[in-house]
Amino acid sequence: MSIHHHLDDASLMRYASGDLDPAFCVIVASHLAMCEGCRKAVRLAEAVGGDCLDRTEEASLSADSFARLSQMIDAEAGRQTPAPAAAKASAADIRSDVPLPLQSLIGNSLDDVNWQWVVPGVQRHRIELAGTGSSLFMLKIGPGRKMPEHGHGGTEMTLVLSGSYRDAIGRFGPGDIADLDEHVEHQPAVDSDDPCICLVATEEPTRFKGFVSRLMQPLVGI
Amino acid sequence: MLKVLRMEKPTDDPKKKSDQALFEALVSDVALSKDRKAFETLFINFGPRIKGMMLGSGASDDLAEDLMQEVMLTVWRKAALYAPERGTVATWIFTIARNARIDRLRRQPVQPYIDVEKVAIACDAPSAEARLIDSQNDEMVRTALSLLPEEQKTVIELAFLKFMPQSEIAAKLGLPIGTVKSRTRLAYKKLKEKLEDLK
Repeated sequence: MSIHHHLDDASLMRYASGDLDPAFCVIVASHLAMCEGCRKAVRLAEAVGGDCLDRTEEASLSADSFARLSQMIDAEAGRQTPAPAAAKASAADIRSDVPLPLQSLIGNSLDDVNWQWVVPGVQRHRIELAGTGSSLFMLKIGPGRKMPEHGHGGTEMTLVLSGSYRDAIGRFGPGDIADLDEHVEHQPAVDSDDPCICLVATEEPTRFKGFVSRLMQPLVGI
Repeated sequence: MLKVLRMEKPTDDPKKKSDQALFEALVSDVALSKDRKAFETLFINFGPRIKGMMLGSGASDDLAEDLMQEVMLTVWRKAALYAPERGTVATWIFTIARNARIDRLRRQPVQPYIDVEKVAIACDAPSAEARLIDSQNDEMVRTALSLLPEEQKTVIELAFLKFMPQSEIAAKLGLPIGTVKSRTRLAYKKLKEKLEDLK
């Protein structure tokens, strides 16, 4: 897989410090699962955390702290430990067209997604996540479909899982992520023979309603 | 509440590189032989710092203590998964602490960080070359961070040392979020350049 569009450095740092809300964390992790280069880049950002941990002031622990931890370990020793294989993604997980961080949310095949028609040529699947003010959803857009030009009310990320689209920034194929700042205008058009399937995370769901209606306007002819 | 006994700390050598070699050996002992003594040394080194970080992020003493214990329990359980070519022991423990904190705050059924780790373990084959470069990262990261302009350092430290969200950093410093973002970006870029220079 050849990936041309990667995460913004600020997003890498926010992922590394644990500052992304659940919707954005899932989409960033999904890109990371597809992109070895960004996995390496995140490790550098995480090294910043390691250095900070080294420099953190030590707090006093409760008196029996290690003894209690030892008891937990002893209690565990009696039980069955989880198989080490669980720590590693299986070949099937890697081969799947659904990146691993998304599999617990939509299953392990794009064919099994429960799509809802929005307008002809455009299907959507909302992903419910607790504890986020952002929206996470999937779009399946037919070949040749053009989106109206639109800006962004807040941060938006789009990760292509299948097919491709082109806009003013370039061509986005599987694994490519559009990590856009606010106010970026673009007009995506699907240029693959098959539909383009994307994962989208966007801030501010109320603004998003506006975005969707703008997105759909030319398609429904209003 | 007692200050943890420090006399067992094996070294106060400020040279972190030798610390890394020692910590690496300790993690390996825990992984290979469930060495409780090695684990205790790691606990004495990292426990108080993990708790310090949790306190710094606004956790109560009880919560910070509890999270610290959870982090160290994960260190015990997952010692075999530690891969030096992916970062130092401190970096590995930092990621465990970050994940534990997020799990506690959010109670999500999804585990994006763990999933990425699983993919990395399956796909990112360690190479001797990568190892060589990464063993120097530790010091380079430290040096590069110390050389950052104060305004960038402040933003980075609030984010990583106190787990402060970007929006709160902006509010605390009286800056637009865009400025916090660009300082973060610049800091990362400088770190990367430092490491590129090294290669």
